[in-house]
Amino acid sequence: MLALKILLTIFLSIFVMFVGLLYKGIDRKIAARLQARFGPPIIQPFYDVIKLLQKENIVPENAVPWIFNGAPWLALLASISLFFYQPMGSLPPLLGDRGDIILIIYIFTVAAIAIVAGGFASGSPFATVGAQREMVLLMSYEFPLATAIIALAWYYSKTFPDLPSFSLYTYVLKPIWSNLGVLGVFGALLILIAILVVTPAELGKIPFDIAEAETEIAEGVMVEYSGKNYALFYIADGVKTIGMTALIVNLFFPWNLSSILGISGMGAYILDFLFFWIKVLVLLTFSVTLVRVAFARLKVDQIASLYWFPLLLTSMVGLLLMVCDKLV
Amino acid sequence: MGKVSYGYSVPVGPIHPALKEPIEFHFEIEGERVKDVKIYAGHAHRGIEWIGTRRNPIQCLYISERICGICSVTHALALAFAVEKALNIEVPPRAQYIRLIVAELERIHSHILWAGVAAHEVGFDSAFMLLWKIRENVMDLLEKITGNRVNYAIVQIGGVRRDINEELRREIWKSLDYYRTLSERIKVLLLEDPTFMMRTRNVGILSKEDALSLCAVGPTLRASGVPKDIRQDQPYIAYADIGVKAITPDIYTGEIVGDVYDKTVVRLLEIDQSIDLIDKALTMMPEGDIVYEKNLVKLLNLIKKGEGEGVGRHEGPRGEDVHYVKIVAGSENLAVWKIRAPTYNNLLPWVPMFKDAEVADIPIIVASTDPCMSCLNRVTVVYPSGRKEILTHEELHKMSVEKTRRMRKKC
Repeated sequence: MLALKILLTIFLSIFVMFVGLLYKGIDRKIAARLQARFGPPIIQPFYDVIKLLQKENIVPENAVPWIFNGAPWLALLASISLFFYQPMGSLPPLLGDRGDIILIIYIFTVAAIAIVAGGFASGSPFATVGAQREMVLLMSYEFPLATAIIALAWYYSKTFPDLPSFSLYTYVLKPIWSNLGVLGVFGALLILIAILVVTPAELGKIPFDIAEAETEIAEGVMVEYSGKNYALFYIADGVKTIGMTALIVNLFFPWNLSSILGISGMGAYILDFLFFWIKVLVLLTFSVTLVRVAFARLKVDQIASLYWFPLLLTSMVGLLLMVCDKLV
Repeated sequence: MGKVSYGYSVPVGPIHPALKEPIEFHFEIEGERVKDVKIYAGHAHRGIEWIGTRRNPIQCLYISERICGICSVTHALALAFAVEKALNIEVPPRAQYIRLIVAELERIHSHILWAGVAAHEVGFDSAFMLLWKIRENVMDLLEKITGNRVNYAIVQIGGVRRDINEELRREIWKSLDYYRTLSERIKVLLLEDPTFMMRTRNVGILSKEDALSLCAVGPTLRASGVPKDIRQDQPYIAYADIGVKAITPDIYTGEIVGDVYDKTVVRLLEIDQSIDLIDKALTMMPEGDIVYEKNLVKLLNLIKKGEGEGVGRHEGPRGEDVHYVKIVAGSENLAVWKIRAPTYNNLLPWVPMFKDAEVADIPIIVASTDPCMSCLNRVTVVYPSGRKEILTHEELHKMSVEKTRRMRKKC
């Protein structure tokens, strides 16, 4: 059983890296079409990674080598491990008995911390500015995100006292929308908005890509990375992107096709699995691609005030509405 | 007690992804705030004036187009004005109108290009892509009129080299209609976009006093609320017939702040103005010759015999461009050629604009004056040993005093 689990883990790791890169390619293609460009071929990210792996891996003279080289691995492993705790379609999470939504939030933080550590360790002023910005970003979006998650978990713990309220599989088995009252629906919508606004920041995409900000600080945290290390960050970015979208899909859009079509057994698992990835792609397009072509990059103080006041208020009101829904 | 600094220094340039050309800034940063800035120019000196004094004015026209990749006709026009003034050459009216049309088309393409770059600097890549796509139309039109997309080679001493026929006139009108329908949408795309506004409003403010005392030119000056435009103040070629009014941002927004947003407003309004100017010029264009002297050998002989000096000025997309030439009898080459490109004037206004800016604002502030480094660099002092040096004001003054003494002794 353990051997099977290890085998599945390895398979899943390779699979999510593949999907991460593929979805990155689709994201780039869609963005290009929206900007009236042709854009690169969809498999361009694979070419990029192959090329990067062949390139020289330069470690700057005044970098701290073990952190500098370790950070990309940490970022990649953290991003991949997101998927060990997430259900996919009707498949239960691989390591569902060992971690839940709280762990997932922590893993996101670890991935961000890895980028910060790599930036600070590269010893370049641009990377230092980038790493500071990433820290500010992290501090800005964690609070609204945590509030949103707590709101959901509290609601589940009250509605289904006998199910583990922090486990993502609960959210898949009991879709959130079917158990809410009118107030609760509004609350859940506000929480969904809060999480959707956090998404581009979590992933470092425009309008919140201040840590890399090509024109301002020359790719910031990534400025000194090259070759293999950069390839690892590149894959980690792809995996993290689908990880975050998968989380939202699991929390808010957990419906499966098999129960509607009346299929069961192995076919149901495969169908739901495919449908899950389609949902991820659609959500990715709406929450990342469309957002990043529609906006300019914001400044660090603007982002901090956006997250701390309007967005925190949004998720707080969401929490309040859900509480009212349960108590009234 | 010395001043304690908690900041660090961030170099931007000579090579930096935000700046498309080589210029070097050293920013003293505290947190995300710019405390001080030092600007080092001089990375792209190509010795164009020196090259020019070894060629005749007609050849110099083509060199002058290569001073800047974007305002090509600006420098060629300014040089042609200077030479024409020095030799008292009369430019036929039709040529004046054609010069105006090409110059204004260039302004349209340059301002759209700038708007795209500005959008890119604040991370608004979609606007960048779309604006540059729109710009293709005027580039194609310029190619139809002059034969080239950039470095048009249309200006000749005493006129222009190609006429605008009836078919081209229709093409230009078609293109003007295209830009008329788009200009409102460009304004919505940039000026009404909340994120673009957040990034440009109250960023890089240049006050009216600073703008005047630091001799800013072009849209940078006008955005600070100074209605100065050579096309309005000292109209030349066909501008005098048509009439131009300098554009200030309060026409659109009702107030003058002098920030990057205002500079965007001025440039976008100038696109509309250029469309109107070309429209009027096409209607009013008289028939007649397009050049003072068709025969180049005759023209060269005229230059060889002539003597005099002249200053040519043209309001380019970036501001006032000044060329000074001196022609002596017996030589067909320019004796002196001095160029003062608009970016040179817009160098110092950067300093007050950077005051208390954030690191994130640096690229958009740099871009806001629409700088062109290769136009700017006119002199680099290199000693025979290869040592490069920056001369201070005192040293330059001392050198000029010494030179005056030497010349007095000779007399």
